[in-house]
Amino acid sequence: MHDMAKHDAVAHHAPTSFISKHVFSLDHKVIGKQYYGLALLAAFVGMGLSWLMRIHLAWTNFAIPGLHLLTKNGAPGDVMTPEFYLQLMTMHATIMVFFVLTTAPFAAFGNYFLPIQVGAEDMPFPHFNMMSFWVTFVGFLVLVSSFFVGQGPTLGGWTQYAPLSALGEVGGPGEGTGVVLWALSIAIFCVGQLLGSLNFITTTLDMRTRGMSLWRLPLSAWAWFITSVMGLTAFAVLMPACILLILDHVAGTSFFVSSNIVINDQLQPHSGGSTLLWQHLFWFFGHPEVYIAIVPGMGIVSHVLITNMRKPMLSHRVLVYSMGALAVLSYMVYGHHMFVSGMNPVSSLAFSFPTLVITIPSTVLVLIWLGSLYGAKLRINAASLFGLGFISMFISGGVSGFFLAQPSTDIMLHATYFVVGHFHLVMGVAAMFGIFSGTYFWFPKMYGRMMNETLGKVHFWLSFVGAYAIFMPFHYLGLAGNVRRYQAFTPDYMQRLIPLHQFITVAALVTGAAQLIFLYNLFYSRFRGEPASDNPWQATSLEWSTPTTPPPHNNFGDKLPEVFHDPYQYGVEGTAGDYVMQTSPEKITTGHDEA
Amino acid sequence: MATTVPEPPKIEERRDPSRPTGNSGNGGSRNLVPADGKLPAVKDYSPPPASTGIWVVLASITMSFAAFTSALIVRQGSSLDWRHLPLPRVLYLNTLVLFASSFALEVARRRVGSFMSGRKSQGASPSRWLYISLFLGLLFVAGQYVAWGQLRSQGLFLATNPSSSFFYVLTAIHALHVLGGLGGLVRVIHRLNKSILRKSTLDATAYYWHFMDALWVYLLLLLWMKL
Repeated sequence: MHDMAKHDAVAHHAPTSFISKHVFSLDHKVIGKQYYGLALLAAFVGMGLSWLMRIHLAWTNFAIPGLHLLTKNGAPGDVMTPEFYLQLMTMHATIMVFFVLTTAPFAAFGNYFLPIQVGAEDMPFPHFNMMSFWVTFVGFLVLVSSFFVGQGPTLGGWTQYAPLSALGEVGGPGEGTGVVLWALSIAIFCVGQLLGSLNFITTTLDMRTRGMSLWRLPLSAWAWFITSVMGLTAFAVLMPACILLILDHVAGTSFFVSSNIVINDQLQPHSGGSTLLWQHLFWFFGHPEVYIAIVPGMGIVSHVLITNMRKPMLSHRVLVYSMGALAVLSYMVYGHHMFVSGMNPVSSLAFSFPTLVITIPSTVLVLIWLGSLYGAKLRINAASLFGLGFISMFISGGVSGFFLAQPSTDIMLHATYFVVGHFHLVMGVAAMFGIFSGTYFWFPKMYGRMMNETLGKVHFWLSFVGAYAIFMPFHYLGLAGNVRRYQAFTPDYMQRLIPLHQFITVAALVTGAAQLIFLYNLFYSRFRGEPASDNPWQATSLEWSTPTTPPPHNNFGDKLPEVFHDPYQYGVEGTAGDYVMQTSPEKITTGHDEA
Repeated sequence: MATTVPEPPKIEERRDPSRPTGNSGNGGSRNLVPADGKLPAVKDYSPPPASTGIWVVLASITMSFAAFTSALIVRQGSSLDWRHLPLPRVLYLNTLVLFASSFALEVARRRVGSFMSGRKSQGASPSRWLYISLFLGLLFVAGQYVAWGQLRSQGLFLATNPSSSFFYVLTAIHALHVLGGLGGLVRVIHRLNKSILRKSTLDATAYYWHFMDALWVYLLLLLWMKL
């Protein structure tokens, strides 16, 4: 241990007032918890919207009590109109992708634990960090506000394909003000993520404590670092796209709207724009976004499973290289979302090849996880169960990706429920399971209390079975030709699929309700949970070396830690048991030190 | 698996000053006072966060303008309605002003460097050069405003033609970044006057400012060329 800086670049005094401590806090831990709170709120809002959609899909004319409160014209007699269904779908997807899957595993856990895992007392730019949360929060408010403005939120889907998204109110309810608010919200969100990425990258590169070489970083820290590099480049492209989209609305420009578009016998006042330009800009962000959502989960789950296996992964370095390969390749594959856009077949081939190649690092990751689990005496708890669930979902969702990676089969499956099932499993549910795994694992450090394990396991099994009950039939629906984004299944060939939709809806309602168990556990444990020790899982990384639990304002008290070992010294004979902490200077007789 | 590590790794060796950017950081140039209080050990081995952070910021801005560039190229090729925009001449004067501002900042940076290293400075104080740089930066933004006015007086508005759309968008977003840099300069002057300026902060601001020059020249070429 060594003395902490007296004139530190990032040191800031412990806050004294309620506002500076809990609201406009510079402390990365508070900011992390704020991000988590925002993600939790967003997750339940997003889930509520999906319930409404599922009920409508299964029982199209069912009146949902109170539905009219959410919309001006979209629910006469509390029965959903087709347009309102699409508005709910768009908001569900946008909220989930941006404000849950990006916010929770990356911004929330990363903010809280990255500085601690590298041995720093905070991020290097705390004011930017505070701004990043509040900017994101404003982005969320702007998005949700579209429910209550004009004709309601946009109905164009989270991809906001032009020209529909750029035409204005003539394109449908919400396609005017709703789209502007959507694009504004996402542009604001991009600013927040760029500020966050700046902090994450500099924290990892410059704030590591003495002895913490890059290879001694835990896998979760590696995952956050890789994700922040992806975020830096992806969100920097989405923001210009949103600016141009807003200008097409408010300034009468024609970036994305081509000539001679006639709607309701009216020639639209645009000319010459490129509708495909939006798709290129969007998917250049959009595909890395998939990995921005899932890579933090990979790191978190690896970190959790190693602790519970009591042995490191088969190869720490190959796992890191694989996550890095995913990040690099994620920029080369985005065209596979556009196979049916009319692009040159040669381009399709060019995008298909790296799409198939990206399965290699994914497969390597899965093999390392499974190979490491083989023969391990895994401690079964809620965190490790959700870790296993993550792997299961990632495999199941990944396998269907093979079919979509090839243009010949994608043309048949594109825009069907097959795709919806694929991405919900591989990036939606898998990432959610990563969030749950991280929550059960780190909650004791964040709040000084244990979560209830029994409730956690019940939550896992209901979620695990429920997620498969919902999303596996989606693949069958897609193969049967069930097109996505339809609000009712009136064509004959779809009629026979309605019972399956009803089953899925029931599964979704039950699985969603199971999340209330998690919510209860979270709040109950926060105040009434068993007090947690400093290191309840007998783990090795630096977050378990803090002098108090939760950690003090500057994380490590008067002394910054000094690191002597690789992050995962399990299965060794140490003074504390079968593990040696990174901060322990003791000799290791049987270990895995590589760095 | 099962290797023997007889001794804990010797951390001090990893912090050898001859390997300033080695894997092992010391926590972002924080002056880590050693237990025995020997000053020579109090040294920055890993770069201060501002030094790394500025490259992260520049990378992000580069990506954004790369996106705008690809949008311009695609839009230009997607239809026949593109009319080449004659650039207002004041832009060339603005370019010189921005260069001069960068030059003034570079002079200031070197003088602050001399101050900090204990060498005597010659000539005017560095803050005077910072004020000159700030003034020229403001003059550049004002010059851009004049250029927009000239285009408006010719009837060329944001939505008149895709070329004018891109002109306004690119120059406005660049001007916003310049205004951000001016904010950075004000902060540098404030910290210099209070004697709490870090060299890395000044360096980062200077890199950002010079990058604005390069970016402007790039945009000028992009808007000037008939692709």
